Amino acid sequence: MVRVRLENVSKYFGRVAAVIDLNIHVRDGEFVALLGPSGCGKTTTLLMIAGIYKPSRGRIFFDDEDVTDLPPKDRNVGMVFQSYALYPHMTVYDNIAFPLKLKKTPKSEIDRKVREVARLLQIEELLDRKPGQLSGGQQQRVALGRALAKEPDVLLLDEPLSNLDAKLRVYMRAELKKLQKELGVTTIYVTHDQVEAMTMADRIAVMNKGRLQQFDAPEVLYNRPANLFVAGFIGSPPMNFVEGSVVERNGEYFFEAGGFKVRLPAELGRIGAERGEVVLGVRPEDLEIYRRDGLGGVEASIYVVEPLGRDSIINVKVDGTVLKILAPAEIRVEPGQTVRIRFKPSRIHLFDKKTGRRLTYS
Amino acid sequence: MPAKNRRTRALLRKTAKIIVIIVVAVIPAIPIWIMYAWLIAQSFSARVIQGILPSGFTLSNWRFLWTRVSTVYEAGLSIWPYVANTLYLALGVAGLVVLVSSMAGYALSRMEFKGRMKMMEFIIALHAFPSVILLIALFILLNKMGLYGRGYVTLTGIMIVKAGLEIPMASWIIKGFFDNIPWDLEWAALVDGCSRWKVWRYIILPLVLPGIGAVSIFSFLSGWSEFLLVYTYVSNEKLYTLPVLIYYLISDLESMPQWGLLTAMGLFYTLPVLIFFSTSQKLLLRIYVGGVKG
Ligand SMILES: Nc1ncnc2c1ncn2[C@@H]1O[C@H](COP(=O)(O)OP(=O)(O)OP(=O)(O)O)[C@@H](O)[C@H]1O
Ligand SMILES: [Mg+2]
Repeated sequence: MVRVRLENVSKYFGRVAAVIDLNIHVRDGEFVALLGPSGCGKTTTLLMIAGIYKPSRGRIFFDDEDVTDLPPKDRNVGMVFQSYALYPHMTVYDNIAFPLKLKKTPKSEIDRKVREVARLLQIEELLDRKPGQLSGGQQQRVALGRALAKEPDVLLLDEPLSNLDAKLRVYMRAELKKLQKELGVTTIYVTHDQVEAMTMADRIAVMNKGRLQQFDAPEVLYNRPANLFVAGFIGSPPMNFVEGSVVERNGEYFFEAGGFKVRLPAELGRIGAERGEVVLGVRPEDLEIYRRDGLGGVEASIYVVEPLGRDSIINVKVDGTVLKILAPAEIRVEPGQTVRIRFKPSRIHLFDKKTGRRLTYS
Repeated sequence: MPAKNRRTRALLRKTAKIIVIIVVAVIPAIPIWIMYAWLIAQSFSARVIQGILPSGFTLSNWRFLWTRVSTVYEAGLSIWPYVANTLYLALGVAGLVVLVSSMAGYALSRMEFKGRMKMMEFIIALHAFPSVILLIALFILLNKMGLYGRGYVTLTGIMIVKAGLEIPMASWIIKGFFDNIPWDLEWAALVDGCSRWKVWRYIILPLVLPGIGAVSIFSFLSGWSEFLLVYTYVSNEKLYTLPVLIYYLISDLESMPQWGLLTAMGLFYTLPVLIFFSTSQKLLLRIYVGGVKG
C-alpha cells in the first residue's frame, strides 16, 4: 500500500484545461472520493495517476517515489473503468488472470488468486463466461476482480456503480466500502454522485472546472463548505442561498435582503459586516416552520409541498425568494398559507459574494 | 367458426410468404444451380448425348490433375504451373492488402488528422470506379516502371495494381473493426501491465482478427479470379493464370471439343471459392453485421 501525492498537477488537451494545479495527498489505505460534475476532470486525474496521461505540469508521487514518468505497467495500480473495459474475447477467468499472467506469476498461483477473488466477489459460477454474457452488475464485479487480483498498491475506480440500477448501487456501495477496509488498499474513487461520495469515502476531494474546491472529511464538507460551489453541490435537497448584506444595529448583526431580515451570531455578523455584499446559505434541515406569530423569524408563504414519506420538502416564498425546508411529514400546511420560519443561528453560512469563499472566524 | 377462420388466414399468410421467398430468392438461383449441376455431372461423364445429356461415369476428365493433357493450345499441358501463377497472384494480393489495409484502417480509426472524413469519402468513391477504365493508364504506368513484359515481374506489377484496387474497401472494413475497440480497452491493458506491443498482440489483434481474416479471404479470391488485368498485360503464355488459361481453352473448343476436360478444370478453378464460402460464412456475415461482441 502506498501514499499518493499529486503536486501542482495540470493537464491540458490543446487549449482545453482539464485539470488545473491539483494538490492532493492520499494517505496509506485511505478511501478518497473525487467528486464533481460531469467534465470537471475526474477521469483525467485518474488516468494521470494510472499513467495513461502524462501531466502537462506537476509531479505525481507514490510514497516518496516520483512516478510521473513511469509507464502504467510499472506503477502496480488496479483500475476499474467507467465502461468496465473487460476484454470481450477472453473468459471471465482469463480477464482476471490477465494481469497476473503478464507478471509471469506461476500457473498454480494464478489459479489460486483468481478463485480467491472470484469467491470474494461471488462470481465463481461466471468464470467460464465471456463478458458479453454478463449483466451490468456482474461485469462490474469482474472488472473489480481484475483490478484486485493483481494486488495493486493503489486502486482506482472510475464511477464503477453508475451503470447499475438503484437497488444494486446501494448494495454495492456498502460492499465496496467493506471490501476496501478489509483489504486496506489505498483507493481513489471517482463519482459525480455526492451521496456515493459521502457514504463511502474517508475524505472527499470536490472538483469543479478542473480545480480542487475542497478536500476534507464528508462531515466537514457538509458542515463547513469552503465555498458556494461545495455548499451547493453537497447535500440533497441543496442548500438555500440568499444574496444580501450584513448590517449592524445596536450592537446586533442582521442579514438583510429586501424584506428579509435574519439575526446573525455576533462573530459571524462582524466578519459579514466587513464584507458588505454576501450570500447567506442555510440547509433545508436548518430551517424551522412555525404557524404562530410572535416567535420572531421571517414571515413566509407556503409555495409547494413535496412529500417524501418520512419528511416533506416544504417550499416557501420569502419576499420573492423560494427556500426549501426539510420538515417532518406531520407538519401539515397548505399552499398559500402564511407561516413564520426561523433560521438556526449556529447553522447559518455566509459566503463572500465576489469570491464565493466561506467567511470564517476562529 | 372464427377460430377456424383465423387459422385459415394464418395458413394463407404463411403460404404467401413461402411463395414470395421462392419467387424472389429461389427461382433466380435455379439456372445457376442447374449450370453448376451440369458442370459437375459433365466433368464425371464419359460421353455427352446431344451435347447436353451426360452419360457414363469416368474420372478421365480430371486426369489433368495427375498427367499432362494434350490440347490445341499446348501439346503437353500441365495445370500446376498455372495453379502456381494464380496462387502467386492471389496470395500476393492478399498479403499486400492485409499489410496495408490493417495499418490504414488503424490510422483511419484511431488517429485524428486533417481531412480524415474527406479521405474516407474519397476512398469509398475510389472503390466505385471500374478497373477497365484504368487499363490504358495502367499500361503506360507499368511500362514506364519496367514492370511490363518481364516475366514474373509483370505478374508482380499486376499484383500491386490489383491490391491497390482492393485496399480502399479493405481499409474501410478493418477500420470498422478498430472502431469497435474502445480506448478504455487499450488503457485497461496498459494498466494491467502490458507494453504497447503487448496491447497490440493480446488485445487489439485478436479483436480485429476476424476483420483481417475476412479481408484476406476476399482479396485472395479477387486475386484468384482476376482475369482482365492478366489477359491484357501478360504476354508470356507461361505466366497465364487459371482464368486466362481456361479462356484460351474455350476459344479452342471449335477445333477440338473437350467438354469434359474443360468442365473439370472449371470446377477445379472454383474450388477455393466454394471452400472459403462454405467454411467462413459466419466470419463473412460478421463483416456486415459488424462488431466485436464477445
Ligand atoms: N482526450 C481528450 N481530448 C480533449 N479533451 C479532453 C480529453 N479528455 C478529456 N477532455 C476534456 O477535459 C475535461 C475533463 O474531462 P474528464 O473526462 O476528466 O471529465 P470527468 O470529470 O471524468 O467527467 P464525467 O463525469 O463526464 O466522466 C472535459 O472538458 C473534456 O472535454
Ligand atoms: Mg469520467
